[in-house]
Amino acid sequence: MVAALQGPDPGVRGVGAQGGPSTPTLVGVSPQTAPARLHVVTGKGGTGKTTVAGALALALAADGRCVLLVETEGRQGIAQLFDTPPLPYEERRVAVTRGGGEVKALAIDIEEALLEYLDMFYNLKRAGRALRRMGAIDFATTIAPGVRDVLLTGKIKEAVTRRHDGQRVYDAVVVDAPPTGRITRFLGVTGEMSQLTRSGPIKTQSDGVMAVLRSPQTVVHLVTLLEDMPVQETADAIAELDQTHIPVGSVIVNMATEPLLPADALDRAAEGRISGADLAPALATAGVGNGALAGALAREAIEHARVWASQDALRGRIQALGRPTVELPLLTGPIDLGALFELAGRLEEHLAVGAAA
Amino acid sequence: MDLGGLIADSDTRIVVCCGSGGVGKTTTSAALALAAAEAGRRVVVLTIDPARRLAQSLGLKELDNEPRPVDVPGAPGELHAMMLDMKRTFDDVVVAHSTPERAEQILANPFYQALSSSFAGTQEYMAMEKLGQLRATERWDLIIVDTPPSRSALDFLDAPNRMSRFLDGTMIRLLTAPARAGGRAGMRLVGAGFMVFSRIISKILGGQLLRDISAFVAALDTMFGGFRERATQTYELLRRPGTWFVVVATPEPDALREASYFVDRLSTEGMPLAGLVLNRTHPPATTALSATRAEAAAEAVAESGGKDAKLAAGALRVHAERMALATREQRLEDRFTSAHPQVPVRTVPAAAGDVHDLAGLRVMGAELTGPDGDAATGTPRTRVLPARRG
Repeated sequence: MVAALQGPDPGVRGVGAQGGPSTPTLVGVSPQTAPARLHVVTGKGGTGKTTVAGALALALAADGRCVLLVETEGRQGIAQLFDTPPLPYEERRVAVTRGGGEVKALAIDIEEALLEYLDMFYNLKRAGRALRRMGAIDFATTIAPGVRDVLLTGKIKEAVTRRHDGQRVYDAVVVDAPPTGRITRFLGVTGEMSQLTRSGPIKTQSDGVMAVLRSPQTVVHLVTLLEDMPVQETADAIAELDQTHIPVGSVIVNMATEPLLPADALDRAAEGRISGADLAPALATAGVGNGALAGALAREAIEHARVWASQDALRGRIQALGRPTVELPLLTGPIDLGALFELAGRLEEHLAVGAAA
Repeated sequence: MDLGGLIADSDTRIVVCCGSGGVGKTTTSAALALAAAEAGRRVVVLTIDPARRLAQSLGLKELDNEPRPVDVPGAPGELHAMMLDMKRTFDDVVVAHSTPERAEQILANPFYQALSSSFAGTQEYMAMEKLGQLRATERWDLIIVDTPPSRSALDFLDAPNRMSRFLDGTMIRLLTAPARAGGRAGMRLVGAGFMVFSRIISKILGGQLLRDISAFVAALDTMFGGFRERATQTYELLRRPGTWFVVVATPEPDALREASYFVDRLSTEGMPLAGLVLNRTHPPATTALSATRAEAAAEAVAESGGKDAKLAAGALRVHAERMALATREQRLEDRFTSAHPQVPVRTVPAAAGDVHDLAGLRVMGAELTGPDGDAATGTPRTRVLPARRG
């Protein structure tokens, strides 16, 4: 990351164009060369990013590990997910896992983060409070596109690298990040900021953040649904992230329909070639047979098979992305802590396979 | 909710589709626009970020900032569609409101370039600007607006004001005062408190950015009044009779929470709400068999092991899952309607695949605008399950 520290050419985005001495090509081949510690979770709006980030934090915290789950969009989604009161700007425990593991959560408040930053670097806490009364802090965090993101990623980097008595405080940090449309900008703060602030501490700060983000300890996971647009956005985001040499991890397919019909009946049903008459005799043996019900069940079975078929048609495109992939089922009940642990179980298996590979 | 009547009514001039990201605002807007054209209106739909295949089916090429006619065979009205290019819209505003030399200066300014392509809120501001432009031409008798995929539906209402406050606010004037008033003399005018502020800001952002902002503000000075005025005008447009808001949500807690905030905000602002579109619901084909009984029957059928037993057991499990899902969705809807009893709700069942052509839009349009009669399950259209009795 020497190139990044020397200050990239302000006209060029991304470290690759500068021909740095690092070997970013490794990233595409094997995202698991070293166990990642910073997991950034993104996806198109509505794909269930926050839920997946929460489940991933639980999975990583199994067996006595300590994980920090970070919220960046100020919507208190984590508090709702774990059914806790709104989170202050403070690391709070939201769940315990087997073997004495725990998940802490942090909702980053952008103003507080700026005040903390002013205090840390300039010893300006009191002046900072006065500035807030003037509305200046709000101004400073909105004035330059990217100041916000620099503060957020700076705080995340701090949590990833924090040590206490020489030991890492967190085994892993999971970030519920902005959606795919904004993820490259969010993570690629250096490019953005170096165009605007060619000098100054924000620049130094973004360079330090980029050093962590582009290292093998970071992975960006993409959450998608088996629908056209989320899959397309995932492909676009991977292409963009590859250009900036930020390591891409897994593609997490969320809310996938799992086939409930026998395999040999799925195609037939998707083509609409089953009817109430096919079901009625078997239904009668359970005492639920009447013509109207059988017809309705056949219609539902056909819809189910069609949804499955339209989702299945997209699996090829997801495979073509060439990333480790894991599927999470559509849960019909409410998303509570029990449901989160169920999803976490699936992610844990996936992580174990990834680590063994 | 009678959306069919609403879009056919010649007094309806603007329909704004709002909601959080990923709920199907774009598809809803396009489906309503198509239905309006088929009801004889001359309609334009302003989309923000349509899926590629949907854009193609509407004849939209990438980053085309002008409305284009869409061929709808047999429709008595006209359908036009456009996709917002926020940077180009911003550039056009700058060019329209300044001399060529000054416009060139502004367009080349690094701060302007960042502002016009990535400032949080630019997209919302420009969507409103474009809406104002479309409305001013009087070429269409109905404009349907899709709103940007922001974190919060409220951003659409807040961003333009935030942006114009930002552009002609005291803070930016204070910040750039020294440069404009001529160095140290200017500094004395604004006082010591500001000196501290300016020093910190320049520490955080670096001197170069401040110089860019100063140059930008100086070049833009004559346009400030114009900016604020335009934002205010368009905002007022949204309160005029003939404008309706349609809030879109999916049966998910987050999306409905956003919808709730938005509904409250509209009533505070005195803006007319047509109702809530609850998109992508999963109504079962029958509610005569509960999830529990369907599960039990599935076991019994599987054990009996006759011909097609596996298929029938599978179908029963599909039904059990549908009932569980429907119960959850109904509960979420009930929670919304008990908090907002005055807001009409229209449920739109999920399509089996993506909606990406006129035929798909027509199906969705029929769900949106069809009569409010009973659904196939015998319950009112807006309900998936019979109401719970107290």
